[in-house]
Amino acid sequence: MKPAAFDFVRAETLEEALETLASHGGDARVIAGGQSLLPMLNMRLAKPAVLVDIMGLPALRAIRREGDAIVVPAGVRQAELLASAEIAAQPLLAAALPFLGHYQTRSRGTVCGSAAHADPSAEIPLCLVALGGEVRLRTRRKARRVKAADFFTGMMTTAKADDEMIEAVAFPVAQPGSAYAFKEYSRRHGDFAIVGCAARVASDAIDLAVCGVADTPERRSFPRLAGSALDDALNAFAWALDARDDLHASARLRRDLVRAMGRAVIEEAERCLA
Amino acid sequence: MPRLSATALHDVRFTLNGRPARVAAEPRLLATDALRHGLGLTGTHVGCEHGVCGACTILIDGVPARACLTLAVQFEGRDVRTVEGLAPSPDRLSVLQEAFRRHHALHCGFCTAGILMSVDAFLKTTPDPDEHLVREVVGGHLCRCTGYSAIVAAVLDAAAILRGDGSNV
Amino acid sequence: MRAESVAYTGQSLPRVEDAALLSGRGRFIDDLGVRPGTLEAAILRSPHAHADILSIDTSAALALPGVVAVVTGRDLAALTLPMVAGLKVNVENWPMAVERVRYVGEPVAIVVAQTRYLAEDALDAIAVDYAPKPALLDPVASIEPGAALLHDTSGGNLVSDRRFSYGDPEGAFAAAERVFEITVRYPRNTGAPMETFGIVADYDPHEGVYDILANFQGPFSIHTVLARTLKVPGNRLRMRMPPDSGGSFGVKQGVAPYAALIAVAARIAGRPVKWIEDRLEHLVGAVAATNRVTTLRAAVTAEGRITALDFDQIEDCGAYPRAPEPATLYRMHGNMTGAYDIANVAIRNRVALTNKAPTGLVRGFGGPQVYFALERLVQSIAVGLGRDPLDVIHRNLIPAGAFPYRTATGALYDSGDFPAAVETAAGAGRYAELAARRDKARAEGRRYGIGLAAVVEPSVSNMGYITAVLTPQERAKAGPKNGAQASATVSIDPTGTVSVTTASTPQGQGHRTVLAQVVADVFGLAPSDVRVICELDTGKDAWSIASGNYSSRFAAAVAGAAHMAATRLRDRLARVAAAQFQAQAGDISFADGKIVAVGGASAPFARISALSHWSPGVLPEGVEQTIRETAFWTPPELTAPDAADLVNSSLCHGFIFDMCGVEVDEVSGAVRIDRYVTMHDCGRVLHPGMVEGQIRGAFAQALGASFFEELAYAEDGAFLTGTFADYLLPTATEVPDLDILHLETPSPFTPLGAKGVGEGNCMSTPVCIANAVADALGVADITLPLTPARVAALVERPEPAPPEGAGATAKPAGRPGDRTLRGEGSAFVPAPREQVWATLLDADALASIIPGCHGVKKLSPTHFTADVTLGIGPVKGRYKADVMLSDLDAPNAATLSGNVSGALGTGGGAGRVTLTEAEGGTRVAYVYEAAVGGKVAAIGGRLLDGAAKAIIGQFFAALARRAAPDRAGLFARLLGMLTGGHK
Repeated sequence: MKPAAFDFVRAETLEEALETLASHGGDARVIAGGQSLLPMLNMRLAKPAVLVDIMGLPALRAIRREGDAIVVPAGVRQAELLASAEIAAQPLLAAALPFLGHYQTRSRGTVCGSAAHADPSAEIPLCLVALGGEVRLRTRRKARRVKAADFFTGMMTTAKADDEMIEAVAFPVAQPGSAYAFKEYSRRHGDFAIVGCAARVASDAIDLAVCGVADTPERRSFPRLAGSALDDALNAFAWALDARDDLHASARLRRDLVRAMGRAVIEEAERCLA
Repeated sequence: MPRLSATALHDVRFTLNGRPARVAAEPRLLATDALRHGLGLTGTHVGCEHGVCGACTILIDGVPARACLTLAVQFEGRDVRTVEGLAPSPDRLSVLQEAFRRHHALHCGFCTAGILMSVDAFLKTTPDPDEHLVREVVGGHLCRCTGYSAIVAAVLDAAAILRGDGSNV
Repeated sequence: MRAESVAYTGQSLPRVEDAALLSGRGRFIDDLGVRPGTLEAAILRSPHAHADILSIDTSAALALPGVVAVVTGRDLAALTLPMVAGLKVNVENWPMAVERVRYVGEPVAIVVAQTRYLAEDALDAIAVDYAPKPALLDPVASIEPGAALLHDTSGGNLVSDRRFSYGDPEGAFAAAERVFEITVRYPRNTGAPMETFGIVADYDPHEGVYDILANFQGPFSIHTVLARTLKVPGNRLRMRMPPDSGGSFGVKQGVAPYAALIAVAARIAGRPVKWIEDRLEHLVGAVAATNRVTTLRAAVTAEGRITALDFDQIEDCGAYPRAPEPATLYRMHGNMTGAYDIANVAIRNRVALTNKAPTGLVRGFGGPQVYFALERLVQSIAVGLGRDPLDVIHRNLIPAGAFPYRTATGALYDSGDFPAAVETAAGAGRYAELAARRDKARAEGRRYGIGLAAVVEPSVSNMGYITAVLTPQERAKAGPKNGAQASATVSIDPTGTVSVTTASTPQGQGHRTVLAQVVADVFGLAPSDVRVICELDTGKDAWSIASGNYSSRFAAAVAGAAHMAATRLRDRLARVAAAQFQAQAGDISFADGKIVAVGGASAPFARISALSHWSPGVLPEGVEQTIRETAFWTPPELTAPDAADLVNSSLCHGFIFDMCGVEVDEVSGAVRIDRYVTMHDCGRVLHPGMVEGQIRGAFAQALGASFFEELAYAEDGAFLTGTFADYLLPTATEVPDLDILHLETPSPFTPLGAKGVGEGNCMSTPVCIANAVADALGVADITLPLTPARVAALVERPEPAPPEGAGATAKPAGRPGDRTLRGEGSAFVPAPREQVWATLLDADALASIIPGCHGVKKLSPTHFTADVTLGIGPVKGRYKADVMLSDLDAPNAATLSGNVSGALGTGGGAGRVTLTEAEGGTRVAYVYEAAVGGKVAAIGGRLLDGAAKAIIGQFFAALARRAAPDRAGLFARLLGMLTGGHK
């Protein structure tokens, strides 16, 4: 279980990194924390010709607040975000991040790396979609910002072009009058979620996002509902996600969890709001 | 722009257990292989090579890292610590190591180095953890022999000693 | 001479092993250096469950830099013989596929190169042409008449079928007031030690000697198997074991076939060769415990007394009956009645071959399979009779005064007091408290259940039990096999200090510490004065076929042998000392590092003990040297199976009674262990800390078997749990605390009174938890592992229907093992239907729309092959594709079918494409079924369905682009449409 051969570029400027991506296209991969990429390299599921290491770029290492967004550049590790002062501005992130892998992988894995990997069960994509966050992409020639809901296009597939890299992701901070809650269910602590649910509740609206069921995290918005009306909304959402059977869970269990955990996170957020 | 060719050996310089170190590495050389077979520090073990078992956990710049998910070339300029650097001197054990011995927190010992490194980093930032937190940190490792209870007890005991709260010694 | 003072044995001393292991100075096989020039091996493995090998082209691999040799099955067959099987069947038992592969992960070729990295590069360059055959996965189906054969010469996949009858089972069933029956399927799991297999082999062509360093655990009966396979006399196969081994749990018995492979690779390469198994290899192909289908019937009185048992066991040994299998089926033969006094027993044992990895030793070895059936049945009897399960257990336990007790099937239980152990565990309010917790939970509407299990834990296997697979006539012809020969050597060096060596090959159990305790007590020394080395070298150490670390034999057998050797030396030293002190040998004692005579004369131990080196002339007449003593010990009780098929399969029989309370969440299927109590009688405890460690370790593994672990296969034979992300081991957050209780009834059959203890909870805990879940949910049919989906499905709860008009429907639940990928979708192509049809029919055009197509060979207008790159995200692999068009219905529909194969695995499938005219173009709709095998299935299972969907989406995106090639900017737009239209 050893990687195939590749060149390794230690980018010293963002331009160098982007230049390498531009000249190699799909044969180059950015390496930051390496927690998703290295297993694929070791198993030879991926055989890139070039890796571009961006962890030497100081500009990518600092979390910053931009207006109503927490901007997390590509070099920020998950543990650094969890330990940052900025995370206090978004309770959903603070609740979800401890479920992301393990202490020993959060210390290396980056926030943007998890977004780039786009695992359908992962917490960072879920939070981005739940909060209506954005992904900031850049090529040698241009920068663009993509809404999270548009960024995740399929299982491990994103709107990022081969010559683009994620420069940062932006999480909206908590909106006044909103409360947030997160829950996930996995076979063991630290495993990929069978189902994860993130809720935002405001005086007149509920946003519920779910990971682990469809190919990408999915979000639904509905008015404040309770009782059987909420049950119906959750049931419709659960069925719409087109759950599948796999080794770890059945489609039925996933729908049941969406219904039960969806209600639980909404109720928890409602309690916070009250 | 430093570009390391796939087929050449590159000189990687870093700090290893407090001392300057260097190793010759192709870009694809895993940190586990560089430490074990390049530098002869065989205390870091390889259990899965896909980042799950935690046997190869080391510290890079003071935080835990799966060495099997790290390339040797990523060591460049970093501060790397392995199990060989834990004890205060070759004929002594650290407080944490002693607690593991006292509590029979290891049987075959294959996974132990990784757990020690994780916990060593953890206790520096969290000197007074509760059992739940310790189980979460140890939960990032697979041990097939002990059933974990003795490991958790050893960590809590070591934490108490390191805090100066007395001990079961 | 006075009796030894027992000072250290029985204490939880710190382990001598620990300091090195804690400071990174362990010496596991991959920590040891190798000779300069040693090469590294990597193994190419089959992606198919069953296929003929048509050809293997190694030329491209051999041309790569650093590659020294590529060894195939034919090369192997030229230098070796097939491995001997444990039963008489006409099957060629090769350690690497020769002409045909029979399980996913079976070795197909070995690359030997300068580094492992280069060797793996070359694996990708070996081209193997396979002709897949239907795979047989279900042991019941595989032994049906007319099933396809795994081995053409075997005469059937049923390779052993033996019936046994003890007492009068027919009479007991005929007279029974009630008969209960249960059928259970025990899953495949494994020990998964944290260190994988490792081998360094060398061959001396002049002396004809193989020298193999391996983390093999024994039994060393396998040495004879290997020597025969390698076609050398026993003294030309030197096996050495490293000082440390990173766990085994039985599994490292399975190193043996790889030892043969790497030895042959070294011979062909002409250099030493090293192979360290990686985790993917380990999970797919190392050693699995057997999965077993058991139907068990009991004849029972109205009060719950069991008068007879009737076992029908179908054992799945995988693709090859590899020695020592079918030992898993026979290891428990003497104790099939468990803790119960049951005089009448019928057994039918069948062994099936299937297209799965071969099985072998795994902790518990046969116990989990037997007790899952027996203790589930005991609970069913209690439920059926409306009695408390504890009452049914009590009614059937072997009474306290009955030991030594001969079971119906031939075991001689050495000691115990089962009723007292059960009463102690259930007493002190423990059982009552569980019942109260259950009552309270149920009153609150929660699902709470109690599970019990009483089991007998056998240890120190009789090497002869496996011959019970033969008929008495066959056994008579082969000659009797029996015993459990243990050996130990105690030496005294010229400075008078004591060393101990054994052939016990520990894998972390602390043998060195316990041996130091035991031997120190004999000599009146401190354990730190005794140095113990356990790294066996078959070229010069004392060993026998029973040597090794298995069947929990250390404390009972090996420690006893060391005690014997030390005692013999001490008795001679007493005579030497007596001569020195002008005293009687009987007046000499050994204590506190001194040898003392009654009356006061004394000398430091070393002064007397070294005399045999420096002044052999002072040894009294008739006293042999005191330099070295080797003891071999085998218990006389372990006789060979007799003409009536009575089998005393093990020497020692510990007892376990487990009791637990669990709470089940009926929505999530989560099971929380509220309380777990385990009572053990393992005879005399030599080191309480280690005994507790063994119990906790076995308990954690058993939790894995109960909730997480299964080596899972799809119906087509694809292996699905190739990583630690899919084969889940419990972690610290999943293992609850447990209450451990002890009762000590020393074994009269072992030198120290000790019995084995390390495997018991692997036998008792899975069924105890299953009983608790059955009780919580009021269900009878429990299958392990109790995954959330499986537990949730045990609760009958109607599901809310999908909302009207949403188009969503509940798909029928898939059959277990059916991992077929299914999907459907549609895409809009802004081109006339005829144009789209023409594109589909044009092989060249079709080739160009297969994603990542590199080169096309057109075999006919509707059949072509191509090289393709497929994948999602960064996961990409290169494959050979074979594609056909059929069932043409112009211009409405066509079927596209094909298969791909490459280094990452194989895939095959078919899709029906229908074209309908739509506003401004054509709507292309498709349904498909696909199956994926090999590496991708083993490591990517969680993501496969989505990946297949994405790749098929890519295909139709490309089709749309191709069918309307002249519209600028269309591709991006179409992709967007596809994503939108794709459901």
